[in-house]
Amino acid sequence: METVGYYPGCSLEGTARDYAASIQGVCEMLHVELRELDDWNCCGATAAHSLNRRLAVELPGRNLVLAEKQGLSELVVPCALCFNRLKTAEKALLGPQAHRFSLSYEGSVHVVDLLDFLARPKRIRWMKTHRVRSLEGLRAVCYYGCMVNRPPKVTNAPSWENPTNMDDLLSALGVQVLDWPFKTDCCGASHSVGRPDLVTTLTGRLFSRALAQGANCIVVSCQMCQANLDMFQERVARERKEAFHLPVFYFTDLMALALGDPRAAGWARRHLVDPMPLLEALGLAV
Amino acid sequence: MEDGLNEARLGVNYDMAQEVFEKSGIQPTVCYQCRKCTSGCPLTFAMDYTPDQIVRFLILGLEERVLASRTIWVCSSCETCTTRCPNDIDIAGLMDHLKEEAHARGIVPPECRTVRAFHQAFLDDVARRGRVFEAGLLQRYMLTSGAWKDRLADGTLWSDVRMGWALLRRGRLPLKPQGVRAREEIRRIFQNAGKPQPVSQPSEAPSPSNQSASENPEAPN
Repeated sequence: METVGYYPGCSLEGTARDYAASIQGVCEMLHVELRELDDWNCCGATAAHSLNRRLAVELPGRNLVLAEKQGLSELVVPCALCFNRLKTAEKALLGPQAHRFSLSYEGSVHVVDLLDFLARPKRIRWMKTHRVRSLEGLRAVCYYGCMVNRPPKVTNAPSWENPTNMDDLLSALGVQVLDWPFKTDCCGASHSVGRPDLVTTLTGRLFSRALAQGANCIVVSCQMCQANLDMFQERVARERKEAFHLPVFYFTDLMALALGDPRAAGWARRHLVDPMPLLEALGLAV
Repeated sequence: MEDGLNEARLGVNYDMAQEVFEKSGIQPTVCYQCRKCTSGCPLTFAMDYTPDQIVRFLILGLEERVLASRTIWVCSSCETCTTRCPNDIDIAGLMDHLKEEAHARGIVPPECRTVRAFHQAFLDDVARRGRVFEAGLLQRYMLTSGAWKDRLADGTLWSDVRMGWALLRRGRLPLKPQGVRAREEIRRIFQNAGKPQPVSQPSEAPSPSNQSASENPEAPN
């Protein structure tokens, strides 16, 4: 059993509870214990870095200080934006401008995004030998989004224009992973609330390209990407007078499915674009 | 733009680039206008000026033009520009800095006020409990920003309501907020950061609490 620190972030307590459930399930199967950071607070998200530069560092920074006090050497973060804000705070609190902030942080916590954590080579090898079925028939485009990769100075991502860890992981599950150029393009993120018109334009481009590549699903590692692609899909299709149906899975949904967890379909069913017709057609619905 | 926001554009602030550098640590003057930022930007279709133009205006000291632009609010902070700039200018960070300035001075173009209202409602929520409670936040944003009226008018309110219902049925809209125990620490962080800047015109003094975005007199009507 391996134990790691875990920072879920606000939306995993809310609209992304489906993601939270599949993460917990997958980690149980992988014998990873997620130790939730005690008394964590919101990272401030886009709101803080848009309106107040100090909040943008001190809100996420408090969590780093807590993690350090709680002796967590590794902090796994499923939300791409939380990950990005925590890494930004880390750089700010350890950099030459640290005196501008009222937190003192030693830098002993390694902040890791969940995909990076679960797609490490040893785990991909483990998945290959422990999966109970191959997810054949799923033709997926991997959508990584912005925040776990950019800017690389903050995220320390090794391959920010063309990340491949989700491709490698899903290939090991038997998914047919399609090449496409929009892996790290923007979905509109928090504009979903204030300017949904921007999100429908941006996600519309993603759908068109995914369909052109012959995908029958999109796989994501960020709940904001998932929300924008999933919740706005019906509206985009309606506005463009097109009919398409592209389930938007979390990569953890597919890991659970391949590992034969009987709860997997139940988690995926909580997305708005119903994945069951596709999974049933492929004989993958447990 | 025909919204009357450009009246003061003739004023030039020759110190603008220097002020930006002092406040944000970002040095825009090293830009050599290769336009790589603009080429990679996914949101230029909704901007009034391209990102490279914003940088250029800033160097020229066209302060009002930059601060009143839609561009800075339409930016989604995807960080593509920052990542690709050959001169290492944090352009997305520049957009944040300009938003903060525009917000403090209360000059936000009408079609971007919903973006600012959402950010404000979000921070109010964090100040209150230390965590965001999405269901409550969205409701409050809709009411206080007046966004519900626009959405009623263009018919998208019903798709929002349907979406909410669909989430509720899937157990994805919990009705009970979670909060941080150490509220005092959160309060101190907000205090140190300075109360989120009042967004009022001088005639409408903001109330001293930051309990609600309803104090936001910029909200449409």
